[in-house]
Order: sequence, then C-alpha cells, then structure tokens
Amino acid sequence: MSPPAAESYLTDGRTVWSWLTTHDHKRIGLMFLGLTLFFFLLGGLFALALRIELLTPGRTIMGHLAYNRMFTLHGVTMVWLFMIPAIPSAFGNFLVPLMIGARDVAFPRLNLASVYLYVLGASVTLWGMLEGGADTGWTFYTPYSTTTGTAVLPVLLGVFIIGFSTILTGLNFIATVHTLRAPGLTWMKLPLFVWAIYGTSIIQVLATPVLGMVLLLVALERVVGAGIFDPARGGDPLLFQHLFWFYSHPAVYIMVLPSMGVISEAVCAFSRKNAFSYRMIVYSTLGIAFVGFFTWGHHMFASGQSTFGSGAFGAMSMLVAIFTAIKIFSWLGTLYRGSIALESPLLYTLGFMFFLFFGGMIGVAYATTSLNLHWHDTYSVVAHFHFIMVGATVMAFLAALHYWFPKMSGRCFPAKLANGAAVLIIFGFITTFVPQFLLGNLGMPRRYADYPPHFQSLHVASTAGASLLAFGFLIIAGYLAWSLKSGAVAGDNPWGSEGFEWKSASPPPTHNFSTPPKYPTGPHEYAREEVPHAA
Amino acid sequence: MPPEAVTEHWGSEGARRQAAYLGMWVFIATEVLLFAGLFTAYGVYRSVYPEVFRAAQLTMDVGLGTLNTFLLVTSSILVALAVHAVRGDRPGLGGALLLAAALLGVVFLAVKGVEYAHHVKEGGLPGDAYRFTEVPRVGASLFFTLYFLLTGFHALHVTVGVGVLTVLGVRSAAGTFGAGYATPVELGGMYWHLVDVVWLFVYPILYLA
Repeated sequence: MSPPAAESYLTDGRTVWSWLTTHDHKRIGLMFLGLTLFFFLLGGLFALALRIELLTPGRTIMGHLAYNRMFTLHGVTMVWLFMIPAIPSAFGNFLVPLMIGARDVAFPRLNLASVYLYVLGASVTLWGMLEGGADTGWTFYTPYSTTTGTAVLPVLLGVFIIGFSTILTGLNFIATVHTLRAPGLTWMKLPLFVWAIYGTSIIQVLATPVLGMVLLLVALERVVGAGIFDPARGGDPLLFQHLFWFYSHPAVYIMVLPSMGVISEAVCAFSRKNAFSYRMIVYSTLGIAFVGFFTWGHHMFASGQSTFGSGAFGAMSMLVAIFTAIKIFSWLGTLYRGSIALESPLLYTLGFMFFLFFGGMIGVAYATTSLNLHWHDTYSVVAHFHFIMVGATVMAFLAALHYWFPKMSGRCFPAKLANGAAVLIIFGFITTFVPQFLLGNLGMPRRYADYPPHFQSLHVASTAGASLLAFGFLIIAGYLAWSLKSGAVAGDNPWGSEGFEWKSASPPPTHNFSTPPKYPTGPHEYAREEVPHAA
Repeated sequence: MPPEAVTEHWGSEGARRQAAYLGMWVFIATEVLLFAGLFTAYGVYRSVYPEVFRAAQLTMDVGLGTLNTFLLVTSSILVALAVHAVRGDRPGLGGALLLAAALLGVVFLAVKGVEYAHHVKEGGLPGDAYRFTEVPRVGASLFFTLYFLLTGFHALHVTVGVGVLTVLGVRSAAGTFGAGYATPVELGGMYWHLVDVVWLFVYPILYLA
C-alpha cells in the first residue's frame, strides 16, 4: 500500500535539495530527529564500551586514558548532541505549530539556521573526537580542562556552536507561542506539551549564553593563558564551576521539562481523560523553570562552598521535588479511573513515572549536605542522574517516538512487538542502574576504569542490563524502520487522541491544516463535563 | 491550491510585528546574559583584588573613554531620531541619521584602536602576555584580561551594529522604509541601543576609579 496520494509534507518535494532548503517546521523537526537519533546511537556505543571495560577489574578492553576519553565522549554526545536537542528541537519543532494551529514557527528561516548550526557544532565536536577526544568529562572542570593535552578545544568549540542552535530554537518557540496561536486558543487552553516547550525555551535563551561565555573563557585560558580560572595567575577555578552550573543545572530541566510535556500528553491520550489538574501542571512547569536557576550550588557541596550556601542551595533544590511531585500526582489522578489503553507509549509513560519518582526522591536525599558528602562523586551519583536522564528523558523520548510515529510517518508499527520492547527496555534499565546505586553507596567512585574484585558481581549485573537495553533499542530500530515502508496505513488519528495535533491529516499536509482549525473549549476534550475551563 | 486561510503564515500584520519585536527582546535578553558572565567575573576579581584593580583603573585613559561614551550616546540619539523620522514617513532623513550614527560607531572603534595600541605598547595585555610594570602582575593581569574581553566583545557588537546601521541607512535613503514599514529600522535601533547600554556599564567599571 502506498501512502495517500494527497500532498503531505513528506511528498511535497522529494529531492535532497528540497529538504536542505526547507522552511517547513515538520521537515526541520524530522531532520533534528534523524540527527539526534544518530548521536544517540553513537553515545550508546560509547556507553557499551564503558560497560564492557567495567566487566572485569583491571584492564578489560582499554587503558585508563582511553576510558577517560570514552566517558567524556559518552557524556558530551549524550548531553549536548542528543538529550538537549532531542525533544525540543525534534518533537517541539514538529508538534508546537500543529498543536497551536499555526502554519509554521514564527521565524522559519532562523529555524533552518538552527539545524545548520547544530550540524556545524556537531561536526566540530566529531572532529575533536577524531583528534583523540577530550578526557575532562562533559563538565570541562578547570584547571584540568585548561592543562590536559587532549583535544579539548574542538570539543569546546563544537558545544559552543551548538549552544547558538539551542538559543535560536528557544527564541523561535517563545515568539511562536506568543504570536501564532489560532484564534480562540488562549494561554490556559494550550496543550501541556506546548507549555513544557515554552518553559524549556525560557531556560534555553537565558542560561545558554552563560555557558557560551564560560566555554569561551576556558578556550582563551588554553590559548593565551588568560588566567581567569588559574590560581597561579590570580584566578579561581571555583568561578568556573559556578558559571558552568549556572547553565548546566537549568540544562537538566531543558532535558526533563519537555519529557514531562510528552508524558502529560500521553497520559491524557491513553487514559482517555482530561488532565487531572491542568493548571497545576502548567504552574509547576513554570515553577521548575524558575527555581531551576537557583539550585546550581548543589553540585558544589564538596567544593569549598560556605555551609550556608550549601544549605540554601539544598533547600532550593528540594523545591524542585515539590513541583515534580505535583506533576506526578496530577498524572496519577489522570490515570485513576481512566479508560486505560495499554499501548507502548503508555508503558514508557509508566516507566517514566516510576523512574522520575525513584530518581527524584534520591535527588532530595542528595540535596541534604550531610548525606551528599557520603555519595559525592560516587557511582550512585551516576545512577541518580541516569535515572533522570535515561529513566525519565529517554523513556519520554521513546513514548514520544511511538505516540507520534503515526503522525509523522502516516504508518502504524507492530503494537505487540513494541509493547515487548518497552518491557525489555524498562527491565534493562532497572538492571543497569540499580546496581550502580549499590556500588556507589559501597564506595565505588565515578569515572574510574578499575575497581577492587569484590565489586565485580554488581558491575557484571550492570553490564548485563546495558546489553538488555541495547538489545531493546535494536528491536525498536528494526520495527520502526520496517514500519516506515511496510507498516499499516495509520489513518488520521489511530490512537483516538483528542490532542490538537491529531486534528490534521497524518502525515500532515505542508500547510498543516486543510481547514482553519477551531479551538472551542479546553486543552483536551475527552469528556465534555470534565473540561476544566469551559466557560 | 489550499485556501489562503490555511496557507497564510501570519494572521495579521500586527501579529507579525509583535513576533519581530518579541524575537528581538528575547535576543537582547540572551545578549545581556552573555555579558553577565563577564560582569560576574569582573565583580568577583574586583572584590578579591580591590587595590590592584583601582591602581589598574587609574592607568586607563579616562579622556578617551569619556569621548567614546559621548560618541555612543550621541549615535544612539541619532538612531532614535532616525526611527522617529522613518515612522513619520521621511525615510531620506532617517537614512541620513542612520548613516551618521554608523559613522560615529566607526569613530568609536578608531578611538578604541588607539587605546588598544597604547596598551600593547605599555604591555597591559591579557594573561601571560602581561608586561605592564606600573601595576603589580597578580590581579592586574586579570584586570587587563577582563578589560580586553569586555571591550573586545563590545567592539565586536559595535562592528556588527555599524554594518546593520549602514545597510538600514542605505535602504532607508533608497526609500525602502516609511510610515507603513518601519520594523527593520526599529529592530536595528533596539540592537544599537543595547550596544550603547552595555557600554554605559562597561565604561564606569573600567575607567572611573
């Protein structure tokens, strides 16, 4: 069967040139999706190499310097090339205009420029990797990053360029949501995913420039010995940590807020209910975006920060948990007595909620200075942020990929196989990262290629889990690639979702809607009497 | 062809203008945060080395710094008048004012160049290149690093701004803009005012001891 002959965005221009010069937000979203998936694969291969090295004590497949480079490549690739652009730039670009009934984003040419900036930045980073890669970790802490002989400069420069791509995307979404909402679509009717992307965009435009400046300072330090972070020249390396985390902690919310938006949409769609408390989800989104700017010091409890400072940053960090809990209760309230459709997006959603809850609660413990000192720089920190970044963000990414696959491609995927893969992924994840909590608590430091023999059984368990994860991802890649050509034709709305993006054809026409969309009541309309803000 | 109601990007000209303004404001916010990193570093090291920073400030050429402040503020006024002229449908006058503002920007850069040449001669250079004997090295080299970063980044923005004002001035003189279409001039003006405002913070912390 061939897809409907009517002009969809996929068939409107079939040449490579028509893709490279497109201003269509859907095509740009799809390009970002392809690019981020490629880097997800690359980062995943780096992770597997790390897990294989840790299979046995002593040297397994690589030496210490190679290991240091490998975890740096893994971190840099996953954080900057996959996680930060994955949901906002890929799914945000595709969905935000559809969800607000717009023809495109506010600045389509700028949007295309952000793709090219991303490609340029990623290429420079890749070049740095080919030059041998950095061995600083993705955090580039001074003074090590200013003195090590590895290829730090190109990696820094690549991340710097990608930052501009992030800023342009955020700027575009802010202007789009403000000015291109369809008539009648007021702020408190916006789909929750749009709110999440809006909150994320604010963080992107306000935090990323600081990262750009600090990376530039590190580069200058390496090139001309500027001395800003060098005690021998009167500088202070702690200033680097402050400026770096001023960006990089909010960046955690760049990664997790969009996932919360995905989950809000998926929970409503697969329980056939309106959000339990729409307003609470919106306000907690903005609350996280705001408070996220005042928590960076919790990365520096062991860096000689004042006790008062640590306490204040710890308390601010715990506020994030309150906002997150509000969201989790809202999602649970939405599921409660809903008409549950146990499809793969909902399985990932349930996984997301469990991992976010578990990882988040441990985060509260980490925000306590006394407990933090025991866990600081151990493997349990690695497990904690992987619970949030993989357990939450990647689960939401997979939920989004499955939920909107029919929207983007017009095809369905084999549902049973997808459910099986989801279960495999969730179990693989638990098997990978729960042992890491235990290892860290027993004293295994992070970023070490070696360990005493009595840690081996837990490391083997973790590596086994990682293999399960890799196997699960292979299955997903297989059936999604197969479905692109040979999946059943989806029809416009295969899930029966009430989300606005499903009101146009799947795949959508170039102009998004064949008739001007109308937005009568609320963000979702699963049951009329439950619409929260009907007049 | 689909009906225009679904192909039209902007619902109204008002929405289009609003998006352009909002985009510019968001861009200005990112610029402020970009400079904020440097201002933070300046604040930190000034509190660590108060005497050295004061001694280094005293070696700055206050006259040239003040002259540059005067040039930038004047050019900002010219740009404001140009926006007013274009809105009042006098694009020729607006264009002339924009080009005059760009010219002041060029003079600003020339004065900055004279100052830089002076620092190079004295050895007041960033980091390891520091050779200035009048102020002790530790702390002062940081002052000069931050001096070159702040003024250098600012000069980069002035250079971009001069280009923007020149293009806008030529196009305005050619009659492209007018009462019905002033948005590009307004946005370029906003950017030039940002460049001006940043200087109003750079000037006192570097030149006025």
